Amino acid sequence: MGRYVIRRLLQMIPVFFGATLLIFLMVNVMGDPIAGLCGDRACDPATAARLRAEFGLDKPVWQQYATYMGNVFTGDFGTAFNGQPVTELMGNAFPVTIRLTLVAIVFEIVIGISLGVVTGLRRGRPIDTSVLLLTLVVISVPTFVTGLLLQLLLGVQWGWIKPAVSPEAPIGELIVPGLVLASVSLAYVTRLTRTSIAENKRADYVRTAVAKGLPRRRVITRHLLRNSLIPVVTFIGTDIGALMGGAIVTERIFNIHGVGYQLYQGIIRQNTQTVVGFVTVLVLVFLVANLLVDLLYAVLDPRIRYA
Amino acid sequence: MRGATHAKWAALALAVALTATACGGGDDSGGSGADGIVSSSWGDPQNPLEPANTNEVQGGKVLAMIFRGLKQYDPKTGEAKDMLAERIETTDSTNFRITLKSGWTFSNGEKVTAKSFVDAWNYGAHLKNNQKNAFFFGQIEGYDQVHPEEGQAKAETMSGLKVVDDRTFTVKLSQKFSLWPETLGYAAFAPLPKAFFDDHDAWLSKPVGNGPYTVDSYAKGSQMALKRWDGYPGEDKAQNGGVTLKVYTDNNTAYTDLTAGNLDLVDDVPASQLKNVEADLGDRYINVPAGIIQTLSIPFYDKAWDTPDGDKLRKGISRAINREQITETIFQKTRTPAVDWTSPVLGEEGGFKNICGDFCSYDAAEAKKLVAEGGGIPGGTMRISYNADTGSHKEWVDAVCNSINNALGNNRACVGNPVGTFADYRNQVTTQKMTGPFRAGWQMDYPLIQNFLQPLYYTNASSNDGKWSNPEFDKLVDQANAEPDTQKAVEIFQRAEEVLRDDMGAIPLWYQNGSAGYSERVSNVALNPFSVPVYNEIKVN
Repeated sequence: MGRYVIRRLLQMIPVFFGATLLIFLMVNVMGDPIAGLCGDRACDPATAARLRAEFGLDKPVWQQYATYMGNVFTGDFGTAFNGQPVTELMGNAFPVTIRLTLVAIVFEIVIGISLGVVTGLRRGRPIDTSVLLLTLVVISVPTFVTGLLLQLLLGVQWGWIKPAVSPEAPIGELIVPGLVLASVSLAYVTRLTRTSIAENKRADYVRTAVAKGLPRRRVITRHLLRNSLIPVVTFIGTDIGALMGGAIVTERIFNIHGVGYQLYQGIIRQNTQTVVGFVTVLVLVFLVANLLVDLLYAVLDPRIRYA
Repeated sequence: MRGATHAKWAALALAVALTATACGGGDDSGGSGADGIVSSSWGDPQNPLEPANTNEVQGGKVLAMIFRGLKQYDPKTGEAKDMLAERIETTDSTNFRITLKSGWTFSNGEKVTAKSFVDAWNYGAHLKNNQKNAFFFGQIEGYDQVHPEEGQAKAETMSGLKVVDDRTFTVKLSQKFSLWPETLGYAAFAPLPKAFFDDHDAWLSKPVGNGPYTVDSYAKGSQMALKRWDGYPGEDKAQNGGVTLKVYTDNNTAYTDLTAGNLDLVDDVPASQLKNVEADLGDRYINVPAGIIQTLSIPFYDKAWDTPDGDKLRKGISRAINREQITETIFQKTRTPAVDWTSPVLGEEGGFKNICGDFCSYDAAEAKKLVAEGGGIPGGTMRISYNADTGSHKEWVDAVCNSINNALGNNRACVGNPVGTFADYRNQVTTQKMTGPFRAGWQMDYPLIQNFLQPLYYTNASSNDGKWSNPEFDKLVDQANAEPDTQKAVEIFQRAEEVLRDDMGAIPLWYQNGSAGYSERVSNVALNPFSVPVYNEIKVN
């Protein structure tokens, strides 16, 4: 097991370098960012040249990448154009986004899995049909529609919540944005759990458990659910990374100063340092989340072993 | 217990992965009357908050609150009035002697002296400080020594600046510029305290100035709380207890927060909300002209566009654009059709005049005739370039093209050419890669007709992106700058503008308005000609 984890960690190294290099090149292709700093007028050439030198933009791309990576390993992610170190931006943005993601994941697990279990056990009944229909609606409505609608109804019309989240972003203010962020994944989790449960309900080990005379509750939680969760866990695991990086729309709607917002601003201002820095961390999150998912398989299903 | 071992490993990896810290900032909760706090929408300033390094409106808002310069532009008329300057004297429009009023201090108690100005200007001009507005000092003698076009600076300070005593300093310009004192209300000319030079990082994290407000707390990227400075010596004291600027991720969200009653002032009503603004805010919506003009620049470096009969072609294109209709339907009247190359905020005395005349009014038949006389659209199709990331430029460029295509009766005459990001767009513009007309927006730095003409159309001027060049225009601009009488100078500038019109060096489109909405909690809200709210006059009910 320990060896497996180490092997997986080592595998992350080439993935990490490849991903960062790709991002670095992509941001670079967008062209020289200095011209955008002077508004609708030309930067004077001397200042532009100095700024280019300061941000290392006058060097060839491979050298820029090498320097950047060298700095990253000493904990220096560079400086954004407004003079703020990228690590400071991360220190502000990641806690907020992690909180938002946690809220979203909790919604996915609690609501998604419960609905999935209920519908899976009552396949074909009215409740199953109505939940299926509901998930279909949620999946087909884009996030920004749900977000703006809830913001308008709950925030402006009924005044239940504040439409904009404050910079500190406490958990209480993140509940509605978290629900919006989770909505689509939540629907998928419901459907995945439902199918999986419905399938395993007819499995031999469930029949055996029932035949042994185990209470229904125990059959469902210990035998049926535990085995049915593997595809769901895979989905939720990969979703962590997607939720953290893909919250751009939700964060903009609800004024959440998190990772999505910083990425958006970095891209608009063509700020290589911000974009590459944040994406690097997101790549790490993805990798670690995937590792955790694989390890969880073994916890859920004793038949799966790693060596 | 194999399961438990697995769980342990998983938990370990999780612990490694998640090491997060949380942090919070302060919160404000209004208050009312003279001590009430105004909350206002904000965007993260693009550059560090230094006076000579701030070239956009978000940073400009802060500077307008914490700094006062030699001159201050009247929020209503735009007229440059003496602020810290007691008098600015000159006999030859080149040598200026500036005397400061006494009694002014920075909010940290330090006196504002002639040295505060000279040091600040030398800092702003010097190449090594990377100040994006350095060129504002370009007219001062010795600028080319501290800020050469390329290579290293040859001097530490500009030879044209000399401190005489605590309250007096002299400025020598490298050429005559009679209206120069009027430019001194621009934020780049603000004085700086010693703290700025002694501990630069500390100053940047909490700027200290000499304006009616002081910075109480500043959480970069999220919020700045400004408090009224009770010891402020000027006459334009703050009418409220302070202003809290809140960064919004999106101006739509700020607008929603305003309608929900959580925000007092939004100074940029999003285009998508303009239809609802009357219903949502009623008379708490402001829509006034700002010193911003949008034009179509022409690539004169491209032979196809610089033909002997090219002026007819350009005039034809101008006449094919239905400005009235586009400003009404696309911009909901937040733009005004242009009739010259300046801005209505200058007022008639300042030089605003219908100089474009018929050439800016829509006439399909005449347009068709002029374009044909001018040799037709180069290559049969012209592509109007714009940046697609901000400012919803696509809508109006498509509308302009439709208008041109309809007028010329040719569906292929004009198409839009979107460029992904603003930076890339500006790159293509400044490296002269344009093959057709391209969008240009100009926000004035100071309300002078000179600022709308010289930087944009003078031969090889800093923002002459189309590279239009006309010796007569240049001659008239030089003449106007040397003219000591303001009224006469304005008239000569207008003659220069007529030269620009006769050759149609750029096609004027419309003047942009500033828009703002505010809550019932506040009153006496106005926008100045730079479309920045006049914060110090806002009253909290």
